[in-house]
Amino acid sequence: MANLKEVKQRITSVTSTQQITRAMKMVAAAKLRRAQDRILKMRPYSQKLTIILNDVISGMGSELEVVYAEKRPIQNVLVVVMTSDKGLCGAFNSNAIKAGVQLVETEFKDSNVTILPLGKKAFESFSKRGYKVNPDYYGIFSDVSYDEVRKIALYVMESFASKKFDRVMMVYNHFRNVAVQDLTVEQFLPMGVNAAKATAVSNTDYILEPSKEYVVQDLVPTALKTQFYKAVLESNASEHGARMTSMDKATENAGDLLKELKLLYNRSRQAAITNEILEIVAGANALEGN
Amino acid sequence: MKLTIVTPEQQVFQGEVTEATFPGVDGSFQVLQNHAAVVSALGRGTVSYTTKEGKKSHVVEGGVVEVNDNKIVLLAEKVIG
Repeated sequence: MANLKEVKQRITSVTSTQQITRAMKMVAAAKLRRAQDRILKMRPYSQKLTIILNDVISGMGSELEVVYAEKRPIQNVLVVVMTSDKGLCGAFNSNAIKAGVQLVETEFKDSNVTILPLGKKAFESFSKRGYKVNPDYYGIFSDVSYDEVRKIALYVMESFASKKFDRVMMVYNHFRNVAVQDLTVEQFLPMGVNAAKATAVSNTDYILEPSKEYVVQDLVPTALKTQFYKAVLESNASEHGARMTSMDKATENAGDLLKELKLLYNRSRQAAITNEILEIVAGANALEGN
Repeated sequence: MKLTIVTPEQQVFQGEVTEATFPGVDGSFQVLQNHAAVVSALGRGTVSYTTKEGKKSHVVEGGVVEVNDNKIVLLAEKVIG
C-alpha cells in the first residue's frame, strides 16, 4: 500500500495546481470577452468601409491602379506570423509557427524571406531557428490598440510600396468559436482587387470628392489597415479562446486525478487501520493463550 | 438626418442631427437635409454637428464620409475629443 503521507502530499499539490488552472481559465474567459467585444465594435466600421470601397471601385473597371495591387516577381518575402506572448494555450502557438516555417521552407524556399513576428512566442521561436527576423513589433499583444496596429500595417505597406518586399503573407489563427481556431495563411500584399469586386454593390450614383482617384487612393490603404487590424484581433481572441479551452481541460484532468488519489488515500488509510486492529487482536490473543 | 460616426475601436456617435460640417480635403463643407449622395475623403480637422441638445464637435485625423438618403456615415481612423 502506498505511503499515506506521500499520497496526502500529492493531493495537496494537485489541488493547488487545479486552483491555478481554474484561475487562469477565468482570466482567459474575461480577456476573451474583451477581445470579442473589440471584434464586434470593429465590425460596423469594416463593413461600411467595404461597401463604400466596392461602390467606388465597381465603377472604375480595370483602370484601377493602386501601388498595393502591383504584382512583381517574387524575390523578397515578408511573412507576418501572429502568436501570443504567453504559453499554456494548447497548440495555438505551435500551429502558427509550424505553418510559418512551412511557408519559408517550401513555397518561398528560393526567395529571401524575412519574418515579422507579432507575439513573443513567434519572436523567440523564429530567432532561435536562425531566420531573418524583424524584432520591432513583437510586443503588440500586451496591449492591442488600433493605433499600434496601424503603425505596423503602415510599416508593412510602405516596405511593399518601396519594393523592399514583393509579397507579404500573413499567418494567424482565425477565431471561429471559443473551442475552434482556424489556422489561416493568406496573402496580404499585393492585394486581390477582384475579391473586393465580387460582392454586390448599391446602385447609388455618388459624387466623389475631391475626385474618384483620390478617394480610391485614400480608401485602399485604410481598407488594408483594417484588414490587418482584423487579423490581429482574430488572433488575439483565438489565443484567449485556446487558453480557456486548454485550462478547462487541465482543471478537469486535475479533478480526475484528485478523485483517484483520494480513493487511494482512503484505501491506504483503511488498510493501515485494519493492520493496527489485527496487531492488537493478535497481541490480545497471544496474551489469552498464555 | 441620421449621423453615425465610427472608428475601428468604437462608435463615437449615432443620432439625429439637423446639420453637420466636415473637413473635406479641399476645404470644409456642410451637409443639410436632402443633400445629394456623396462620398468624400476627409483631411485632418474638426467635425461638428447640431443635435437637439446643441452643437458638438470632434477632431478627426482623416477618414471618409458617405452621405446617402439623409443618412450620414463618417468613418474616421481616429477621433480625438
